[in-house]
Parts: sequence; structure tokens; C-alpha cells
Amino acid sequence: MKTLSVTVGVILALICAEGRADTVDSVKKRGYLKCGVSQGLPGFSTADKEGHWMGIDVDLCRAIAAAVLGDQSKVKYTPLTAKERFTALQSGEIDVLSRNTSYTLQRDASMGIDFAGVIYYDGQGFMVHKKLGVTSAGQLINASICINLGTTTELNVADYFRTNNVKYKLVTFEKNDEVVAAYDAGRCDAMSSDQSGLYADRTKLKNPSDHIVLPEKISKEPLGPAVRHGDNRWGDIVRWTLYTMLEGEELGVGAVNMNEMLKSDKPAIRRIVGLEGELGKNLGLDPDFARRILAQVGNYGEVFERNLGQSSPLKIERGMNALWNKGGLHYAMPFR
Amino acid sequence: MSELRVLKRVKKIDRAAWFGQTTLQKVINGVLILLLLACLVPVFKWAVIDAQIRGSERCVTEGACWVFIKVRLLTFAFGFYETHELWRPVFVLSMWTLALVTIFRASYNFTLKILPFFITLLPLLSWGLLDGRWFGLPYIETAKWGGLLLSLMITLVSLSMAFPLGLLLALGRMSRLPLIKAGSVAFIELWRGVPLIAVLFMSSVMLPLVLPPGTEVDKLIRVFVGVSLFTSAYLAEVIRSGLNGVPKGQGEAASALGLGARQRLFLVVLPQALQAVIPSLVNSCISLFKDTSLVVVVGMFDLLGTVQQANTDPYWLGYSTEGYMFAGLIYWGVCFALSRFSLQLEKVRNV
Repeated sequence: MKTLSVTVGVILALICAEGRADTVDSVKKRGYLKCGVSQGLPGFSTADKEGHWMGIDVDLCRAIAAAVLGDQSKVKYTPLTAKERFTALQSGEIDVLSRNTSYTLQRDASMGIDFAGVIYYDGQGFMVHKKLGVTSAGQLINASICINLGTTTELNVADYFRTNNVKYKLVTFEKNDEVVAAYDAGRCDAMSSDQSGLYADRTKLKNPSDHIVLPEKISKEPLGPAVRHGDNRWGDIVRWTLYTMLEGEELGVGAVNMNEMLKSDKPAIRRIVGLEGELGKNLGLDPDFARRILAQVGNYGEVFERNLGQSSPLKIERGMNALWNKGGLHYAMPFR
Repeated sequence: MSELRVLKRVKKIDRAAWFGQTTLQKVINGVLILLLLACLVPVFKWAVIDAQIRGSERCVTEGACWVFIKVRLLTFAFGFYETHELWRPVFVLSMWTLALVTIFRASYNFTLKILPFFITLLPLLSWGLLDGRWFGLPYIETAKWGGLLLSLMITLVSLSMAFPLGLLLALGRMSRLPLIKAGSVAFIELWRGVPLIAVLFMSSVMLPLVLPPGTEVDKLIRVFVGVSLFTSAYLAEVIRSGLNGVPKGQGEAASALGLGARQRLFLVVLPQALQAVIPSLVNSCISLFKDTSLVVVVGMFDLLGTVQQANTDPYWLGYSTEGYMFAGLIYWGVCFALSRFSLQLEKVRNV
């Protein structure tokens, strides 16, 4: 039934997509970007009490608006559930889906959507109490692990320990809050979930600083923005907006130092801030698009620190989300 | 028997029940009461004694942190509606309260005259005021409406649309014309056969795909329509049961007096039918109000949705118990008020 409805949906979407105008043109004509985000995921997209959206997924929407419309505030956020998200994109209810969505083959190839890169490399991990003295997942032997019942989380843990031939004990719960409470009460040695979630759960504990998230990831969850399949021009813009933020960090250009950087004589910096070259023209944007992204929203490092890193309550380590030249996986293609 | 006398009787029985018990029964009951208290004391300690409500930062206490609720109170009430435009939702809700009081106070004939205005004008007026564009007020998109306001709007607007439709369906189902009858039966059975959650999914996930590209129907309107159609099927059956309950002689007597079909229905049969089903009607309203919490699954922030949303604020993680307790209390409060209202209405209308 589910497969059938998805298939029907995709076929309809493809038929409908035929007659649709270019997303870039309709965004410009409309004057604001329609961005699909999560209804609430700490650090990725949450609304504060005034209803202002914030988070790393939200900042990508703002960056796209800054690039295309010249103003990061011209975004209309549509909170979406996990089930609605692809339909909303296919039906044109949103222009871009920036909603902690894992980049997988099936989604990229058969759902009528295209991924435009990875903004956050997530994966399932473990959290333990510091007093256990465990620093890597390999040291978890005969450990009891608190976990959410019946999700892929459970299967991943089983796979991981079976592959390494290590004994373990699962303590399962229906709700995530129960998992956190049980772990905090000392009913298990470790708890397991997506790492970004573990960092969020850590702030709920009595003494958050007594716990660490182990560095290993036992599954791959690359989260990235998606656009409609076949709208390549729009896909390019979203992809290079993300790359601009990464390149900005690599070059050390960001919101804090934009004014000094405009005086720089380094060719790479002069190109990205639009003083030289024709980078914007190739994308169909004006030469200043990257400068606006970096000045109005910030580079990837700034965005990460503000929403997920040490200046946020989550305090997530960069780890895999560091730049390629600092031991991470983020690599912007050359700006030439 | 008057109410007072019943009450006295009950008290007498109560006392007799306690003193008439054997010692063993007394001990067992006493222990049970103590156990109940033992369970309630920690809850009370958490929710009241150890709780914190002062300040505007995260709490340090072991008990409940009501600061979280205090800080987000406006969101829970109105969602992310612009703060300086809050007079609009307040005005809209007062309008509805006034309408309900009028229906409550006025005579049947007056209610009958004014009801069509209420159920057409009030939803339109509410929409116009909250949205703003029709009256030249600043535009506030539906994505920003939320909290209790949204729960109540979905309930009230859907009821306004569902009631006339339900009435038509009930009459249609009792009609002698086979086509109308079959159509009504099919409609009612179709909508009663699907769960509301499926209706909401269809309206938010499938409908946009079927519509021609470029047409955009606001998600909230889609929800209004879905919930109204769903509710109308239930109301139709409630009203039909009322119509069936009116003795046949009433209609025949009206005919004998020379009343036309419409007068017979509106002046004789319908008043009696509706009066008889007030409890069931209010029952439907209460369950509809509670069902509005299902819109969370289509990404809307009703009362429950705003609470869940607030639970994910990175600066306020870990206070979901307080949030859910608060939401539960509000739901209970509104439903309790509705059932009291129904009780009074029954008394006034002499059921």
C-alpha cells in the first residue's frame, strides 16, 4: 500500500513537474523562498518562543535566500513531518527540503528528488558515563545498552556487536524520553541513538558534563538538502550555496571578518567575495552571491558552532563534520 | 424526586456503607486509601513543593520546572502569532464565546434564525481577522497560527461547516428519493469508515499531488475541509437518531394543521429532534476537540504541537513531562467546561 501510494505520488509528481516553471524564476518572482524544515529537532530546526526558526538546517535556507534574493530573512518555513516531506517537495509546496534527511540511493534515484550535498554527517553512536573509563566503542564488552524499541537503531546495534563478536545486553523502551530517564538512573551502561540526538539527550541528564558521546559511528546517516528531480539549475544553486559555506570556512572568510576580507589580495578570497572572476554568472546569480551568504549567515564553521557546537547547549564535537584538511569529511569543490 | 433529596439519600447510603463494613473490609479500604496517598504524595511533591516558577532561565530544582511553561505560555495559547497583533485572536475567540452564550440564552426560534448567520459569518469573519488581508490588516500566514487558538479554530470552524452538512445528510438518508438516500448513505459510510488520521494524511500528502500544478490550497483549509467532512458523517447519524425519535404523530399533526413540508420540519420535528440529541451533539464536539490534536501528524502546531515543539528547543530540553502535563490539564479543562455547558443547555432546553 505504501509502495503503491509512493509510486502513484512520484508518477503524478513527474507529470506535474513537466509544466512547472524553473524554481529559481518562481522564487525570484514570488520574492521569498519556501523552505521545508523539521517541526523540531534540537540544533537543526527549532522555533524559539517568538517563533523565529533557528538551527543548521534553517541557516541553509537563509543562505539560499541570501544568494538568490539578496536577503536572508526572505524565507517562509514550512514545518514538515517525516512522512510529508517528499510529497511537499514534489508537489511544489516547498522549493527546497532542508530537514535532516538521510541521503540514500533509493531516495535520490526513485523518489523524484535530488540531493544537493551533505550538511551534517550523522550516524548512530553511544553515550556513556565518564566514570566507566570507556573512550571507544570497542571497549564496550558485556555492556547493557538502553535503546528505543523496534527502530533501525536496534538492528544497527545488533549488527555492530555481532560483527565484532562481542556480548551485549539490550534494555529497550517505547519512548526516547524513557530511554534517557533509564540511562540517567543507571539502569544501563550506555545508550545508543543517532549522535546528534545523543548530544541533545545529554543536556536532559542531571549532570550532562559527566557523560561523553563516543567517537565511533556504527551507521551512516548523511543529512542533506534536497530539491525536485530534474531542476538542475536550482539544484546547482543549492549545492553551491552549501559549498560556499564550506569554502568560506576553509578560506577563513565569514560574517565576523567580512569587512577585512574585502580588502584581501589573496586571489581565492577575492574570487569568493565577488571582486574577481565570474562565479556568480555561471550560476545565473550576481557576482556578490557568495559574499552575501557569508556576510548574512556565516561560513559553515560559524553556523556549526552557533547551532550545534561549543557555543550551543548541545556542544557537539566537529568529528566527521570538520573540514577535509582538519580530519573531517566536508570538502567543497573548487571555486573556479 | 428533587435533586436535594437524592443527594441526602446518597449521603445516607455512603455513611451506612462505611459503618456497615466488617473490620476486615475497613482495614482493606484503609490500606488502599493509604496506598493511593503514597502514590499521590510524590506527584504533589514534584508538582508543587519542589517546583520552581520564578525566573526565566532553566531550573536548578529537582521538582517540576513551571518556568518552562511560563516562558512559552503565549506560544501555547496562540502559536507564533505576531505578539503585537494578539488582539485579533482574542477578539475572534470572544466573538465565538458570545455566539455560544447567545445560543444558550436565546429562545429556540431566535436561535434558529440566528444560527445560519453564526455558522456562515463567524468562520469567515474569524478567517478574515486572523489572516488579515481582507480587512487591510497585516497579513499573518496560517503557519503562524497555533496553540490552543488553532485547536479551537479547527473545532469551531469544522463544526460550523459540518453541522449544516450533517443535517442535510441526515434528511437525505431519510429521504424517499432513492438516489438522494443512496448518496447520503454512501457518503456517511465512507467517512465513518476511515480514521481521521487517514483523512488528514490524504489532505496533506496526497491531495497536493492530485491538484493541478500551481494551484495551492492552504494546508489549514485542507484540514478544515477534511475534518468537516469527517465530522459531518458523525453528526448526520446523531441528528438522524433524533429525527427518528420524534413520534410520527407530531409530523402528521403538523400536516393536519396545514403546515407545509418546510414548516413541519423546522417548526415541529427538528426542534424536538435536536433537543433530544443535545448530549450526543456535545459529545461529538468534545471528541472533535480532542481529535484536533491529530493535526500534529501533518506538521501543524496545535496545543499539543506547540508543546512538542517547545520540547525540542535546545535551551529547554528535558522538560517534556511539564509540557505534557500542562497540555493535558488544558484539554481536560476545555472538555470539562464543554460538558458542563451541555448539562446547563439540557436544563434550559428541558430535555
